[in-house]
Amino acid sequence: MNSTPKSFSEINSGLNSRSLTCVKLVNSYLENIQSQKDLNVFINLFEEDALKRAVEIDGRLKAGTAGKLAGMVISVKDVISVKDKPLTCASKILSGYNASYNATVIDRLLEEDAIIIGKTNCDEFAMGSSNENSFYGPVKNPVDKTRVPGGSSGASAVSVASDMCLLSLGSETGGSIRQPASYCGITGLKMTYGRLSRYGLVAFASSFDSIGIFGNNSSDIAVLLEVIAGIDKMDSTSSNEPVKNYSAILKNNIDPAKVKIGYAKEYFEEGLDSDIKNGILLQLDKLKKEGFEIREISLPHSRYVIQTYYILTSAEASSNLSRYDGVRYGYRSQNSSSLEEMYINTRSEGFGEEVKRRIMLGTYVLSAGYYDAYYRKAQKVRRLIMNDFENAFKEVDFIVSPTTPTTAFKLGEKVDDPLSMYLNDIYTASVNLAGIPAISIPAGKDRNNLPFGLQIMGKKFDEAGLLAMWNEIKY
Amino acid sequence: MESMNVLNSKYEPVIGLEIHAQMNTASKAFCGCSTDFHSSPNTNICPVCLGYPGALPALNEMLVDSILKMGIATSCRVREESIFARKNYFYPDLTKGYQITQFETPICHGGFLKINLKNNETKKIGITRIHMEEDAGKSIHDFHDDSSLIDFNRCGVPLIEIVSEPDMNSVDEATRFLQKIKQTLVYLEINDGNMEEGSLRCDANISVRIKGDKKLGTRTEIKNLNSFKNVSDAVSAEIKRQISLIESGEKVSYNTMTYNAKDKKTTATRSKEEAHDYRYFPEPDLVKVKVTKEKIENIKSILPELPEQKVMRYVTEFKLPSADAEEISHDKDFAGYFERVVSELKLKNENNYRTAGNILRTDVRKVLNDRKISISEFTVSAKVLAGLAESVTSGSISASASREVFNEILFGNTDDEQIKILENSLKKYSQVSDTGKIESLVKKILEENPEEVKRYKIGEKKLAGFFVGKIMQESKGKANPKIVNELLIKNLED
Ligand SMILES: [Zn+2]
Repeated sequence: MNSTPKSFSEINSGLNSRSLTCVKLVNSYLENIQSQKDLNVFINLFEEDALKRAVEIDGRLKAGTAGKLAGMVISVKDVISVKDKPLTCASKILSGYNASYNATVIDRLLEEDAIIIGKTNCDEFAMGSSNENSFYGPVKNPVDKTRVPGGSSGASAVSVASDMCLLSLGSETGGSIRQPASYCGITGLKMTYGRLSRYGLVAFASSFDSIGIFGNNSSDIAVLLEVIAGIDKMDSTSSNEPVKNYSAILKNNIDPAKVKIGYAKEYFEEGLDSDIKNGILLQLDKLKKEGFEIREISLPHSRYVIQTYYILTSAEASSNLSRYDGVRYGYRSQNSSSLEEMYINTRSEGFGEEVKRRIMLGTYVLSAGYYDAYYRKAQKVRRLIMNDFENAFKEVDFIVSPTTPTTAFKLGEKVDDPLSMYLNDIYTASVNLAGIPAISIPAGKDRNNLPFGLQIMGKKFDEAGLLAMWNEIKY
Repeated sequence: MESMNVLNSKYEPVIGLEIHAQMNTASKAFCGCSTDFHSSPNTNICPVCLGYPGALPALNEMLVDSILKMGIATSCRVREESIFARKNYFYPDLTKGYQITQFETPICHGGFLKINLKNNETKKIGITRIHMEEDAGKSIHDFHDDSSLIDFNRCGVPLIEIVSEPDMNSVDEATRFLQKIKQTLVYLEINDGNMEEGSLRCDANISVRIKGDKKLGTRTEIKNLNSFKNVSDAVSAEIKRQISLIESGEKVSYNTMTYNAKDKKTTATRSKEEAHDYRYFPEPDLVKVKVTKEKIENIKSILPELPEQKVMRYVTEFKLPSADAEEISHDKDFAGYFERVVSELKLKNENNYRTAGNILRTDVRKVLNDRKISISEFTVSAKVLAGLAESVTSGSISASASREVFNEILFGNTDDEQIKILENSLKKYSQVSDTGKIESLVKKILEENPEEVKRYKIGEKKLAGFFVGKIMQESKGKANPKIVNELLIKNLED
């Protein structure tokens, strides 16, 4: 395998000294992808396009006209629209569909000369915690190929962990970036809801979905975020909060005396692996020794997170996925004798089991007679969970917790046990319910030498704070 | 069964309308696509209205302005915050599998409109709510035998739905209310009022009860009525059907109906048990619609004159009889033409206003009806019509001659031609019509020449030429020789 530069600044100095070219860089990544094909990371690899663009950008670098992200090679989870490329969402139902437009984030990063190397595998429509629910087959964890990489952005995490690109765009609805980051031993940042435009991100649960980034270090993510963040008129839910100069903020060190870190006892109870628990407590201890104030806080509605999360996300998903009906694009079942039959056959054959399970659950909770008991009540609980965080952040600047209750499990282990699969989201889903940002940072390894992450949750739009805290976590 | 007349006085229908009106914004409700009705199929489309994966709606603020105009014009309360909802169902012309609409919090609610009844009384019809939504595409089933075609141009076109209270108690009231809604929409310039092209559609909720009963009967809903005639025919057919059911001891059951214009019958398409569960829930892709007090004030300040206000102004400013004012202002463009005629009048006075109004209500209206054209297609300029009105008021031509002049003006293709025709025919008709004037001239000349009269009467008939010459001279050539001759002979012979 080729060793590739581990940071954008390393790439930049290579490009500046002419010891490196974009073409060389892309070729190294392509070789790494080729040599690790068994991980099943890419659904579509943009080999030719990436090389062609690399030649162009090398030209612009020589001419001094290259954009800010020249030399940055990125993989993109295949739930984000890239013009003229297939967009599969790892589902059979989108077979044959080519995207007719770029997602806003894609437009913005291409504008600054980033190179997209390909579209990564994931759980179908981002539903899953293991990257096993894919029409294109499961993805393997590079740390231990008998284990899952986590999901749903599993392959995005693997692409960064296995030097197939510098950064990867994934997406989150309930931990789909942080959990695979934790399982693969890398870092993943989930942005505040509304920080990045969702235009072009295929909707799973609109009020939860956000695009996030996997990377090797805080300054790489900062540079990319500065380019792709910010309000977008195509997404009404995108925020007009000014985009910070993250890179500049990161240059100043944190003064531990000014920072209060909370930990919620609810996140250290039953079900948490003891190695992870000890690892996270050890990290909290280190932070305390460095001078941070550590304070116990309470998030009293934590035990309702999973139920609330699954009711609301499934409800939204059941509606968001209605458009895949075989009428205009994608898969259409043949041999149907009526419109209704065509709908039923197309959707029964086109969607995988997990997606169908959620559509049914969501349809149920929105049905007449059940709406108040499930959907409306869950909305109220969501409000209470948001309040928990608002109150907590009056006392502390960050909240630290484990990212996941266990380390990566075996492929196939939980396929038939959706409930235990859902419990993987227990520490991450609250963040999406509340719409706050959070990051998962490598924090240790368990007795089987499998990595686990430490999660830091922050105040709305404090992505800079989370990136700065990353620099404080060392193991 | 008793005769329908007797039954009609025994039962009272209760009618409510749901009116879908297309807003004439330049672009669609949630994307930038054009709303042009005449574009070729599937040319006004984009990822958003086609429901492509990842595309998101963004609200067209012009839609909010439009609905606020209607809400304010109908005295509705306006919600400071309202949300959109998704109405979920599958249909090929519904691209997203749901329609974006408003459900629990319509932006406007609790208003009313007044309608004029036959007996010159007015009745207040309550407006329950007015909300925003998007239209679906159009399925075309009769083009191919084995497949359907879909035109998505209409998909995402902005609509408002106006829901009335069940305050109407006759077919006449229902059509008058619909007429009033249409008139208001057109006056506000937010809808073209064209039912044939589908920019105004109507559902009717109908129940009947014994007159005097407080409790409402079971209602049925007739869907998709797309002309005034269909509304009135369908509603009366359904009232008849319900009365017959009740009279024969059966019960009306809650049904969705369609109306077949061919056999003038309503038939049930869906029972309550088969009713769709639309699984409404808040649309998470759109933020709350916020309406500030300043915005409402701003809309109020730019609100065009409404029908009632126009009638009032015509009565007070132009001193028109209120019936004339109603008639002229019924159609906004027609009223606009009237106002242009008024502005062209050289002499601004009540008589001229009224005469202009009369010509419009009778002669112009007749041409529009005969030729089946709208006032915008009417070719006579306001200036020419003002000239005609003034000639009538000043007495230079008679009211009956004015119709002849009007008919001649219609032949003029350009303004100049029309003016020339007007001038020529005024000359012509003032001669013909002014028999009184000519007669007094005749008498004057005969009195001034008693000798010649005597000579004529004893047989010197050729003196007629002498008299004619004198009369023509006196009238400066304007008198019609034919009439002069007639009147001269008449006066000399008796
Ligand atoms: Zn469009």
